[in-house]
Amino acid sequence: MSMPSKEMTAEQVIEQIEDGMTVGIGGWGSRRKPMALVRAILRSNLKDLTLISYAGPDAGLLLDAGKVREIVYPFATLDSIPLEPLFSRARQDKTAKFREWDEGMFQTGLRAAASRVPFLPMRAGLGSAVMENDPTLKTVTSPYDDGETLLAVPALELDVALVHMNRADKYGNAQYLGPDPYFDDLFCMAAKKAFVSTEQIMDTAGMLLDAPIQSMLLNRTMVAGVVETPNGAHFTTCTPTYERDEKFQKAYATAAKTPEDWAAFQARFLSGSETDYQDAVQAFAQEAN
Amino acid sequence: MSDVTRAEYCAIAIADCFADDGEIMGSPMGLLPTLGARLAKSTSNPLLMITDGEARILQGAPPLGTSNDVVEGWMPFRLVLEAVVPFGKRHVMMGATQIDREGNQNISAIGPWAQPKRQLLGVRGAPGNTVNNKTSYWVPKHSSRVFVEQVDIVSGVGRNRAEAGRACADGMYPQMGDVRTRPIPDPDGTPFR
Repeated sequence: MSMPSKEMTAEQVIEQIEDGMTVGIGGWGSRRKPMALVRAILRSNLKDLTLISYAGPDAGLLLDAGKVREIVYPFATLDSIPLEPLFSRARQDKTAKFREWDEGMFQTGLRAAASRVPFLPMRAGLGSAVMENDPTLKTVTSPYDDGETLLAVPALELDVALVHMNRADKYGNAQYLGPDPYFDDLFCMAAKKAFVSTEQIMDTAGMLLDAPIQSMLLNRTMVAGVVETPNGAHFTTCTPTYERDEKFQKAYATAAKTPEDWAAFQARFLSGSETDYQDAVQAFAQEAN
Repeated sequence: MSDVTRAEYCAIAIADCFADDGEIMGSPMGLLPTLGARLAKSTSNPLLMITDGEARILQGAPPLGTSNDVVEGWMPFRLVLEAVVPFGKRHVMMGATQIDREGNQNISAIGPWAQPKRQLLGVRGAPGNTVNNKTSYWVPKHSSRVFVEQVDIVSGVGRNRAEAGRACADGMYPQMGDVRTRPIPDPDGTPFR
């Protein structure tokens, strides 16, 4: 019996997502974000999503497009530009429900979901405004002699996880080649279904010719579908395949400051297909040089 | 007038904060803290462990703006958050948009939580840092808008809140809210405020 291919298009991934679902997005800030899949959500009719993200432009764009009802996040940043302008505007205009967690809490919530336990205890968050501003959070008392009070970080259960990898095979085994896996494997294991976009779908045997076995972050039991999206993390990093497109990111952040400039940016880059986007990005790069 | 610039005084003062840390991870946030931590590694505390700000542990202390160095280990974000911070073998120096006398710090947003006037970074790792590992703050802007009576959104937890938040008297909160305020000498000899 041969194994079935899980190769699909970004549009087929979107068909697997329903209004109101909880969607986790991998990467970190403006690093290795599945932007081609985010752009596919922007083009869809999806709405009322709960977004779980170490937030970067993924969160900014989805909030700005009115796709998000609730977001759990520890920060929102473009890394080389400290603040995510579209996220800031959404937060200041109160266009969604915001649950701001500590970075470690966020990981712990994903670990709880991946381990199928309702919560995991930790100290991070105690005493801070996180507990006051997210009233769903509760503490738990250690049943052992120490009797310590700890934060019971609730599981961040995901309906769908979206992550971007440097390489994958068509069965869902996927590989990162950069310095940090971020939390992409946890996102996939915390989700009912995980979808991987990748720079290149290749033969399984080819992946370990030039990289160590530890780079194989995702195995096929964790993955429901694979989409080949070259330059699909643009404009975030996909080290070492490409770094962040700083010129483009700066143009994005600058345009987001005024409604007029933002409308022009959207018309130029975000009004067509992924192919149109990549063509417009190429044209921009030639201009910028 | 001295040849030493104000920035150099600041870097030296920051380096002093890491001098007695021994063999732990130094996590400086921002330009001058990075310079200070690397200075400490080059002088007073060669055991200090630093990274390139991403996942590479650097054996040496390369000049600011560079990270070309022998890589002596791997420090992905997951390891920082699930073991290094919680175990406490780390000294972080963060910034603060607002900070109060108890060491409560705000980097989340300015204004009321429900609808802030200005969104900042979010709380990031500040809540976990402050109740787990040694924390210092580098706050160059000395104004009453920064040093406030009460911060708007407590991101880094100060002493009073950390103590109120713990259940048992001997709960483990190693070194929290280590607020270092010290006068920074002005190169011209006038007090710097």
